[in-house]
Amino acid sequence: MSDSIAVGGRYVLERAEFPRFLLALHEAGFRVVGPTVRDGAIVYGEIREESDLPIGWTDRQAAGQYRLERRADSALFGYNVGPHSWKKYLFPAGERLWTAVRKDGSFEVHPEPVDPTPLAFLGVRACELAAMGVSDHVFAKAGDPSYAERRRRVVRIAVQCGQSGGTCFCVSMGTGPAVRTGHDLSLTEVIEANRHFFLVEIGSDAGAALLSGVPLRVAPEGDANAARAQVDRAAASMGRTMDTDGLRDLLVNNPEHPRWEIVARRCLSCTNCTMACPTCFCQTTEEVPDLSGEEVERRRRWDSCYNSGFSAVHGTSIRATTQSRYRQWLTHKLATWHDQFGESGCVGCGRCITWCPVGIDLTEETAAIRIQPAPAPVPA
Amino acid sequence: MAASSIPLPASEPLGASPWIPVPFRVEERASETADTITITLTPPKGIPSRPFRPGQFNMLYAFGVGEAAISIAGDPDRPETLVHTIRSAGPVSAALSGAAPGSTVGVRGPYGTGWPLASASGKDVVLVAGGLGLPPLRPALYEMLRHRDRYGRIEVIYGARTPKDLVYYRQIQEWRGRSDLRFQTTVDAAGREWYGDVGLVTARVPDLRIDPSHTVAFLCGPEIMMKFTAQALAAKGVPDGSIYVSLERNMKCGVGLCGHCQLGPDFVCRDGPVFRYQDVRRFLSVREL
Repeated sequence: MSDSIAVGGRYVLERAEFPRFLLALHEAGFRVVGPTVRDGAIVYGEIREESDLPIGWTDRQAAGQYRLERRADSALFGYNVGPHSWKKYLFPAGERLWTAVRKDGSFEVHPEPVDPTPLAFLGVRACELAAMGVSDHVFAKAGDPSYAERRRRVVRIAVQCGQSGGTCFCVSMGTGPAVRTGHDLSLTEVIEANRHFFLVEIGSDAGAALLSGVPLRVAPEGDANAARAQVDRAAASMGRTMDTDGLRDLLVNNPEHPRWEIVARRCLSCTNCTMACPTCFCQTTEEVPDLSGEEVERRRRWDSCYNSGFSAVHGTSIRATTQSRYRQWLTHKLATWHDQFGESGCVGCGRCITWCPVGIDLTEETAAIRIQPAPAPVPA
Repeated sequence: MAASSIPLPASEPLGASPWIPVPFRVEERASETADTITITLTPPKGIPSRPFRPGQFNMLYAFGVGEAAISIAGDPDRPETLVHTIRSAGPVSAALSGAAPGSTVGVRGPYGTGWPLASASGKDVVLVAGGLGLPPLRPALYEMLRHRDRYGRIEVIYGARTPKDLVYYRQIQEWRGRSDLRFQTTVDAAGREWYGDVGLVTARVPDLRIDPSHTVAFLCGPEIMMKFTAQALAAKGVPDGSIYVSLERNMKCGVGLCGHCQLGPDFVCRDGPVFRYQDVRRFLSVREL
């Protein structure tokens, strides 16, 4: 029946057949990466077989808190996003850009080839599809070749959220929870009293081709409705909200708001929020020579606007205080990103809230900045 | 089954990487001051020269050390050579400063916006440079002197800490001898051997021989200098929108990706380094923005 599978189609994949689906991905030559349990968190890693998935696990998230817990059922995707994001595959935390060797009194540069193995991202949430869209725009505007090369080799198998995490606010950012665009396939996991199945929606020709040999049947209306109810439940249970009305102007026009100083008393300038953020793209380069000095490699790695040297000119940091760094991060993410790329840099995934060691919550901070400070007393 | 059966978008060759420096040959190196040199670079055989606009910069690369953003200081009408004036301030600039004739320096660029010379056409032009602010302005001066009839009066004010910190010393004497250009130098402090002015560049602004309402000003130097110079120019009647500044920020990439150079909504490397002063004044006025 796979011959008739077409974009827009909706099919049922029974839970028992999920290994067949995974096998089809591997047989098509993809390296499959997706959620796995490691060190007490759900992080993205290699999926060789279905037991690599966090079956029966869920996560409980709050500001500065993350705990794995057992679920009452055996859901494969019954949790929300963890500390990793897909950016680690498209924009690795550290990578070689090129190598160079001394030659004839000069030097010769060799661009670093990109691993040609195609990747299947399994378990991409709506907010994460949105985040990849944001990153696509950033890296395309700069003409970065390795991001583009990796990105071309990725198929995205989305999973619809059936629940929201305690720090989620994708509804506020207009990025979820429903997967509507950008997916090659989307799966909605439905667990009923006597049934466990996936509603599979086809988002692209590449997605349709992935299902070759996978036992599917056209979804009856009842199954499609049951899947939709999952997403509705997630939408109704957002852990956070953020008022985005006029947010760009609010932040740009309030660089001296007293709240920046208040939040800076808690902020450790640790960079966690920028590392966990799926769209933060700041980076730096390093020159790594070998011992002989004849060969060098040029590496880039993630950098963060919270690092003291980030803004340094001639050894002096322009943003010497934590207050100025938090303001830079939040203002860039939610406000000046619009000027630069025509959209917000935030997709409402909540990672920066969960993974902040002191539980700073950007939805709370932006709400506080909406409250205008009392005017300074007029001198007598 | 091979992955080729999956209709992924076609792969394009990795060719046009913006991260690859091209090895240029150092033709000359001239000492300017105790810590500043000027190097002249030519492209390798078969590689075309790099036309640039006055005010742009290159990322210069010292093998085994790293890259730094350095403004282009040469004549835009002679793009077959790249001229850069470099002060030894950190490991990269120190290595670049030590690049001997015959050695190699990597080049990426040119990057950024330039001085808006077209907007200065038919007007008086004021260039104000502080310290190493003169090299990024020199290409604009070359261009204006080549097309001298396009502009009204040209006034240059160049300030440095001491006479020993003045770059392009001999060339300045030539410029000072020209009748179609007034080039004033001033220093913060000097000994008896200095017969020129002592004081801030801002002190020279009131005496500029310009028609303020038809004047365009290009400023390059420390931000505090540019701020007070812009105020002095405004007080003289130069319209706010006719004052341009060149800003300096930490830069790693040159193409708006590393994030380091952000100032408000702008990437200084891509949207600058030259800005209309009224567009960035509000950002520069906020401490640590």
